[in-house]
Amino acid sequence: MAARMVTVDANEAVASVAHRSNEVIAIYPITPASPMGEHADEWSAAGRTNLWGAVPRVQQLQSEGGAAGTVHGALQAGSLATTFTASQGLLLMIPNLYKIAGELLPFCLHVAARTLATHALSIFGDHSDVMACRQTGFAMLCAGDVQEAQDFAAVAQATTLTSRVPFLHFFDGFRTSHEIAKIAALSDDDLRALYDEEAIAAHRARALTPDHPSIRGTAQNPDVFFQAREASNPFHDAVPAAVAATFERFAALTGRRYRLFDWVGHPQAERVLVLMGSGAEAAHVAVERLVAAGEKVGLVKVRLYRPFDRDALLAALPPTTKAVAVLDRTKEPGAVGEPLYLDVVAALARARAEGVAHGATSAVVVGGRYGLSSKEFTPSMAKAALDALATPRPPHGFTLGIVDDVSFRSLPHDPAFDTEADDVVRAVLYGLGSDGTVSSNKNTIKIIGGDTPNYAQGYFVYDSKKSGATTVSHLRFGPRPVRAPWLVRRASFVAVHDPKFLETTDVFEVAAPGATFLLNTPVPAAEVFAGMPREAQEAVLAKRLKVYAIDGASVAEAAGLGRRISSVMQTCFFALSGVLPRDEAIEKIRKAAEKTYGRRGAAVVRANFAAIDAALAHLHHVPVPAEPTTDRRRRDPVAPDAPDFVRRVTAVLLAGQGDALPVSAFRPDGTWPTGTARYEKRAIGLDLPVWDEGLCIQCGKCAFVCPHAAIRSNAYPPAALAHAPAGFRSVAAKGGDLAGLAFTIQVAPDDCTGCGLCVAVCPAKDRSNPRHKALDMAPAEAHRDAARPAFDFFLGLPHLDPAALTVDVKGSQLREPLFEFSGACAGCGETPYLKLLSQLFGDRALIANATGCSSIYGGNLPTTPWRADAAGRGPAWANSLFEDNAEFGLGFRLAADAHATRAALRLQALAPKLGGDLVAGLLEGMGRGDEAGLAAQRARVAALREALGRLGGPEARALAASADALVKKSVWIVGGDGWAYDIGYGGLDHVLASHHDVNVLVLDTEVYSNTGGQASKATPVGAAAKFASAGKEVGKKDLGLLAMSYGHVYVARVAWGARDAQTVRAFAEAEAYPGPSLILAYSPCIAHGYDLVMGGEQQKLAVASGIWPLYRYDPRRTAPGQAPLELDSGAPTVRAREFMKNEGRFRSVALADPKRYARLVDAAELQAAERRAMYEHLSGLRHGPAPAPHPMPAHPNR
Amino acid sequence: MDLSIDYLGLRLKHPIMPGASPLVDDLDTVRRLEDAGASAIVMHSLFEEQVSREGRAALRHMDAHDGLQAEADSYFPSSDVFALGPVAYLERLGKIRAAVDVPVIASLNGATPGGWCEYAALMQEAGAHAIELNLYALPTDPAEDGASVEARLVDVVREVRRVVHVPLAVKLSPFVTSMPSFVRKLDAVGASGYVLFNRLYQPDLDPEALIVKRSLHLSDPSELAARLHFLAIVFGTTRGCLAVTGGVHSGRDAVKAVMAGARGVQVVSALLKHGVGRLRVILEEMTRWFEEHEYDKLSTAVGSLSFARCPDPSAYERANYVQLLQSWHG
Repeated sequence: MAARMVTVDANEAVASVAHRSNEVIAIYPITPASPMGEHADEWSAAGRTNLWGAVPRVQQLQSEGGAAGTVHGALQAGSLATTFTASQGLLLMIPNLYKIAGELLPFCLHVAARTLATHALSIFGDHSDVMACRQTGFAMLCAGDVQEAQDFAAVAQATTLTSRVPFLHFFDGFRTSHEIAKIAALSDDDLRALYDEEAIAAHRARALTPDHPSIRGTAQNPDVFFQAREASNPFHDAVPAAVAATFERFAALTGRRYRLFDWVGHPQAERVLVLMGSGAEAAHVAVERLVAAGEKVGLVKVRLYRPFDRDALLAALPPTTKAVAVLDRTKEPGAVGEPLYLDVVAALARARAEGVAHGATSAVVVGGRYGLSSKEFTPSMAKAALDALATPRPPHGFTLGIVDDVSFRSLPHDPAFDTEADDVVRAVLYGLGSDGTVSSNKNTIKIIGGDTPNYAQGYFVYDSKKSGATTVSHLRFGPRPVRAPWLVRRASFVAVHDPKFLETTDVFEVAAPGATFLLNTPVPAAEVFAGMPREAQEAVLAKRLKVYAIDGASVAEAAGLGRRISSVMQTCFFALSGVLPRDEAIEKIRKAAEKTYGRRGAAVVRANFAAIDAALAHLHHVPVPAEPTTDRRRRDPVAPDAPDFVRRVTAVLLAGQGDALPVSAFRPDGTWPTGTARYEKRAIGLDLPVWDEGLCIQCGKCAFVCPHAAIRSNAYPPAALAHAPAGFRSVAAKGGDLAGLAFTIQVAPDDCTGCGLCVAVCPAKDRSNPRHKALDMAPAEAHRDAARPAFDFFLGLPHLDPAALTVDVKGSQLREPLFEFSGACAGCGETPYLKLLSQLFGDRALIANATGCSSIYGGNLPTTPWRADAAGRGPAWANSLFEDNAEFGLGFRLAADAHATRAALRLQALAPKLGGDLVAGLLEGMGRGDEAGLAAQRARVAALREALGRLGGPEARALAASADALVKKSVWIVGGDGWAYDIGYGGLDHVLASHHDVNVLVLDTEVYSNTGGQASKATPVGAAAKFASAGKEVGKKDLGLLAMSYGHVYVARVAWGARDAQTVRAFAEAEAYPGPSLILAYSPCIAHGYDLVMGGEQQKLAVASGIWPLYRYDPRRTAPGQAPLELDSGAPTVRAREFMKNEGRFRSVALADPKRYARLVDAAELQAAERRAMYEHLSGLRHGPAPAPHPMPAHPNR
Repeated sequence: MDLSIDYLGLRLKHPIMPGASPLVDDLDTVRRLEDAGASAIVMHSLFEEQVSREGRAALRHMDAHDGLQAEADSYFPSSDVFALGPVAYLERLGKIRAAVDVPVIASLNGATPGGWCEYAALMQEAGAHAIELNLYALPTDPAEDGASVEARLVDVVREVRRVVHVPLAVKLSPFVTSMPSFVRKLDAVGASGYVLFNRLYQPDLDPEALIVKRSLHLSDPSELAARLHFLAIVFGTTRGCLAVTGGVHSGRDAVKAVMAGARGVQVVSALLKHGVGRLRVILEEMTRWFEEHEYDKLSTAVGSLSFARCPDPSAYERANYVQLLQSWHG
């Protein structure tokens, strides 16, 4: 029977095999493997069973280390168990991998291979993670595309059962894990036929059980360990033959034949590539093309990497082989070559040494690197490696796909080497964030893959912004399976779903001559060409593009879909691309819309139908003249006055040309300048706040809540207004301490995302028309141009001395934000806290940032938001890992203290020469963290440097170099709840248990936001989250209470939208507290499922309902009659259900299972009441008079 | 005595039933209502806004984040896990049908013709014995005159009738220019009965915060008078049968409603205030009254004091108003 064809990505295909083949599945989110766990969890939640009729038990853990431990236990106890991971997560599993292999436990681990963090984190794909496991004893099987990923998942599972050697099955992160392709699905019968039930029974029989006990995990001494370790050799030795046998059975079942090393190419090839993963598929295409052109070249695709079967490699290589280039997708600095290279060299050398008669044993073997962090690897790069083998002395240690102008190791390649067939439709579609482009393109692929004989491929590229993000969809459709694991470069169809892209990006670069170009624009078709910048016009003419336009936004709006234009654009795509007959295409789009949106109700389906039906009537051909009609050029990505680095490097990244930057553009240690976000003018807000200075009460709340520091306040001398541009607004400052100053609220027109939080929080209403407030949202286009010079002028205004400002909401917002314009989501609930941190302590802050949303919007290129003030001081920020952030930050503290101690010792040593007053003042000022104290200390340090300059000598120079350490540093440890409650909790707990002066800020969104909303131990009871899709059963961990239990930790629980003044107070107290401090900060998130403009109101409800009580626990409150715990919110005044009903995360549970929801709501309300009662009790535990000393009782034995 | 009555073509053991309210969200409460003697169960309304806006809100605030990030293809569990729109409502309807023996009347609330009307068909399919369509319209558009509003509401009833064959009651507000005329128009498009009246959403104002607040007030017996008045006027002008909702707090109130023309007497506020057991108290009070006054059949009292049958119809007319004013000033 012909196999069922499905259109899926590799994560889904692999998860399907894993879910059907196991009983216990341990999961933890990590990109790009998270979807495998999500699928498994959802399938089990929906009652889907495995091959044996049971629903696999899916268990989320606190880390990958935990997942590996759980799997290890489940295997020891005799079950079939699996897990999924990537990158750092895989590293955390390694200790258990050794154990599992050492104990010969049958297990298949599925890895979406991803870059390891080195000089930087990267979520993208390469083999650096799996290569760190090659010594564990696991067999390693590598898949090169979606079909293989599914097939090898089954082959690995089948072989581990019979061989007892555990398998690490891997495929390339993103390129394969996220590529959607049409594949032949493995049926349950296929899997049953593949798996050996006797082997499964044998595994169960070996289970650890008290019914016939044994002991494992012993500690062994030198007398036996070595021998016992060698005892497993026969099992590992048998793996290659076992895999080969499974491949044969698999071929018999499915018709798809694989070998340990697959050969592609000329039978008498002389030049040969060896590589594995998706790169081998690109090389496959190049080799086929070159062989067709008469070249004697070939390719060995490595399938089974461990154990590395020398004889199988030799069997794959033709004896004519003269030169071999082994390409590794990893980097091992300091090695003779990368791992696969070394294996091939060693294999051939051993064969030669053993006298094996094979021509390849005398071949020249060189190694090269390609594709780190999903760097494109194309057939032309594979050809470049083959070309290099044809030279008299083939280079070794080369790189492909980059320009290395530092160590000159890169090989050039010819991008014009084109391998794509003409009967393949290639499309590139540029989408804007939430317009639904990616979702509809996935639908398109499924329509074509599912409803036509054609094969389809979809791959999606995203920028790193969480607001106003750009998506680029690369689609291919054709009559044969699509083997093209690289981005579309010669598209026959290009669509731009937002006309702004024409101003920022060379969208035509990918267009083939004569291609169809579709633009979504409100401009009438007749005016579209004239409205394009010169570069676009030239490209249209040079490539003879057929141009079409549609006002998709109007069509979507009229249909009731808001800005979601995807259905409109999808219809146009089908109409223009000709992939399907038009009527048939529309019918299928309608069906797909019904399937996709049916669960959202008929109204949503109907709106999509309306959009689909109306689309083509609004699609117009755009007339193109013979010559360009404008000299207007595309907007420069950055302003001409930007710093040199920003113009040389950042601007290139912003233009989407980062691949072209050479090695020399980068610092070798991962260091980047701060403050680059201000040069990226994105102008994504459709509406902007407009200030009515007459109505404004100058409370500062608007600036306080702004997630992007895009609305700001300042009080300044009126004289500074002398050169204010027309339209700059100013008013007399209010408040006694600001008497005589001018005051301005200013919006950053190109940086505002239009979230509306500032307007929502503004308390100043027009009494005769309360709809009008001191801030109203207004269409951006009407205000942006006027606001630009005003904002530029505003940035140049002087700032008041922070020492003179009150530490409250208003005072905090008169300080300059040193965190601005991040790529966080519009309405982000986390960033107001970080901005506040930067305003209050930024000039002396060292920030350790756990991996997560805050590390992405805080440190993901191309631009970063942390910046320095006019004096050049600002937050120094670094991300180490996800799991170690508290410890990493503690390291900052210890280093800062060590620097201070060293400087103080040097100072004391030079005291006799420097004068007593200055030295005494400096030593006394080292402990001052308040603004006045810091200013005085910095003045003393300046005086010291002057004095040291006069003094001269090595001691003076050494002290001058470290003098800044005499000024107190503020160490902040920042991360989300996934870090603090789960993966990093052990370290956090340890750091809090220390006496060191660190400030921990937990941005609590109650889910793993960055990886897509998986449940953490901070997720509240009743909330649906991934991994808790039926609604979380267990209540949120009370992290604050745990910290309070130490007694010496300052703890505060805050919510900026509920009581902003309490938030500011808590930050100030935490920083001033000379020991560990913990701030738990409630952070609304898109993963909560409501309009974040209501984020402030929801926080009020969270507090009023007791769901999020506010308090401050200050160990300094030790005077008699004082309690360390001070409650800042009263007893609940509304029921928790009033808070919960407004958020999609709770609402979805209510709709799915009202009875269960009712029970969970009751539990939430009970927990809130109990928590309140406990806190009230604790807040009543006041210190009494010091207890009278009483004699120790006499020891009975004494 | 025989309390039974035909309402919407359903043979009820008596007229008293819970009106549309959140009481029926809980299956145990529904069972207790039946135990308290409810002759039918009217379900909580499925709102037009709930159907259309919730779907759009999910689209905008949940689905809109799909396919946005490399690291997160979505931010919520798959939407297959839960459903918006009518699915949960229809599931609850099915459970109530299975849990009780009395007829179950599903309720749909809306004021514009549109796809949501088709949910009535789904309700029918899920086992509703009848549909109660709450026409809640609050015109705010100065361009839409009264006739247009009424025409729109008639269209809604027509559209719902087009998709269902079970009895269709229309729950009305008092704010129509001519109640008898409007009811006749609804008769013509297939309404089977009328429930008088729905309670207008009456927001409260917060003068300090300068905002308008949502508020929910329970009814009190003083609200019954207006309903009795219009029941009496409409009775006899329509083929449809009538029901009262709003202001019935005692058995005596129920007696009055029946005499004004109601075949169905819906109670909500009294149950919310005093618990579902109140229904039995009202039923017993009503029964006692009829028995004390020696009625054999309740049906003989239906409409006895309506405009068409009462001894002095002028009491329902403008003359009554004039007399009252005169007596006030006199």
